[in-house]
Amino acid sequence: MSCEIEISGLIKTFGDNTVLNGIDLCLTPGERVAIIGPSGTGKSTLLRCLNFLDRPDAGRITLGDLTVDAARADKPEILALRRRTGFVFQNYALFANMTARQNIMEGLTTVRGWTPEKARARADEILGQIGLGDRGDSYPSGMSGGQQQRVGIGRAMALDAELMLFDEPTSALDPEWVGEVLDLIRKIADGRQTMLIVTHEMQFAREIADRVIFMEGGRIVEQGPPSQIFGNAQDDRTRAFLRRVG
Amino acid sequence: MRPLDIAYMWDLAPVIAGYIPLTLFMAIVAMVAALALAAILAIIRVLKLPVIDRLVAVFISFFRGTPLLVQLFLFYYGAPQMLSFLTSINGVTATILGLTLHFSAYMAESIRGAILGVDRSQWEAAQSIGMTQGQLLRRVILPQAAQTAAPTLMNYFIDMIKGTSLAFTLGVTEMMGAAQKEAAGSFLYLEAFLVVALFYWVIVEALSVGQRRMEAHLGKAVAR
Repeated sequence: MSCEIEISGLIKTFGDNTVLNGIDLCLTPGERVAIIGPSGTGKSTLLRCLNFLDRPDAGRITLGDLTVDAARADKPEILALRRRTGFVFQNYALFANMTARQNIMEGLTTVRGWTPEKARARADEILGQIGLGDRGDSYPSGMSGGQQQRVGIGRAMALDAELMLFDEPTSALDPEWVGEVLDLIRKIADGRQTMLIVTHEMQFAREIADRVIFMEGGRIVEQGPPSQIFGNAQDDRTRAFLRRVG
Repeated sequence: MRPLDIAYMWDLAPVIAGYIPLTLFMAIVAMVAALALAAILAIIRVLKLPVIDRLVAVFISFFRGTPLLVQLFLFYYGAPQMLSFLTSINGVTATILGLTLHFSAYMAESIRGAILGVDRSQWEAAQSIGMTQGQLLRRVILPQAAQTAAPTLMNYFIDMIKGTSLAFTLGVTEMMGAAQKEAAGSFLYLEAFLVVALFYWVIVEALSVGQRRMEAHLGKAVAR
C-alpha cells in the first residue's frame, strides 16, 4: 500500500547533540505504529518535529497532498501541517483558562472557523466518546490526571487529523489512571486512526500496534510487527532494551 | 494647639466631592489607555520583535526612570514650545497622557512577567492545534497572564487615582486644586487637605474591597 504519511531524512540537532539522525518512515492509511526505546533517544523529538513544536533541521514530511520541507517550511505550511496532525502531550497541557468542553471546541472555532453552536455539538459528542459527558463544564484544575488526559485526547480528536501523535500519554499519570487512558487510545486505534505512539507500556504496544519501531541514538534500529520485535528481535540493542524493561 | 474646625470640613466636603467625577474620569481613561498600550508593549517585548523591541525597552526605561511630575511638566509646559500643535493641550489631557505613558511602562513589565509565567506547555498546546501567534496570545496566553497580573494592575490603578492629584500643578481644578483654592481663602490648610486625604482614602479603600471580591471570584473560577 502507498504511504499516507512519509517522513524522509529527518534530522534534528540541539547544539552539538544530534537527536534525530536521519529518520525515514512510511505510514500506510490506518496504520498504528508504536515507538519504543531508551530515554533520550529522540522518540519524543521525532513526534515534536512532525508537528514542528521542534523545528527539524532537515528532512521532508509528506501528509497526503501536503509536503513540507523542513529547511524551507514557511508559516502557512507549518500551520497546515499542525491542523492535520493531532498531538497528545505527556503532561496533558490543557488550556488552563478553559473548561473541558472549551478545550475541545477551541480548535474548531478559533482555528477551523466553525460556529460556536456547531463546535459545541461536536465537542459534546467527543465528550461522550471519551466518557466525560458530564464533565464538560469542569476546569482542568478540577479533574483527575486521567480525566485531563482524556480531554487532551479529545482536543486532538476534534481536529479530525489524518495522523495522531501520542507523546508518552500515560507517563505522567498515577498508576490508577493509566487504564482508562489506554482504553480510550485502544478505542481510537480500533477505529483505524493512523497513529504514532511513543510509549513505555510494552504490553499495550504489543496489543494495539500494527508495527513496532525500536529507536536508539536518534535512529530507527529495528522495526516490524509486534510479534517479531517482542518475540524474535534481530538486533542486539533491541534485545538488550527489552530485557531491561522486561 | 487649636482644635480642628469640623464644621468647616463638613461644609467643604461637598465642594471637594463635586470633583470626584473628574478625578475618576482622568484615572479611568488613563487606565484603559495604559492597559491597551501596556499589552502591546509587553507582547513586543515577549516576542522580541527586532528593532522595535529595543525602542520599547528605551521607552519603558525612560518612563520608569523619571518622575511622573517631571513627565507631566514636559508634556504640558515643555513639549508645546517645540511642537506647536501641542500648544492647545489642556491640563486634563496632559494629565491623562502623562499617566497613560508613565503607568503603561510599569504595567508592560508586569504583563510581560505574567506572560513569561504562563507555562511553556500552554504555548505548545495552542501551536499543536494550529493556532497562529495572534490567536494563541489572545485565546490562551493573555487570559492566563491577565489573571496573574490583575492584582498588580489594580495597584497601579490605585496609584493612578492618587496620581491625578498632580493635575493641580498643571492648573487643573480637581480635588486637590479645589482644596488648595479653598484653603488659600480660609487659611485652614490642615482641614482642607485632611478632607482631600479622606476622600482619596475612601475611594482607594472602596476599590480595595472590590479588588478582594474580584480575586476571590476569579480564584473560585479557576482554582489552582
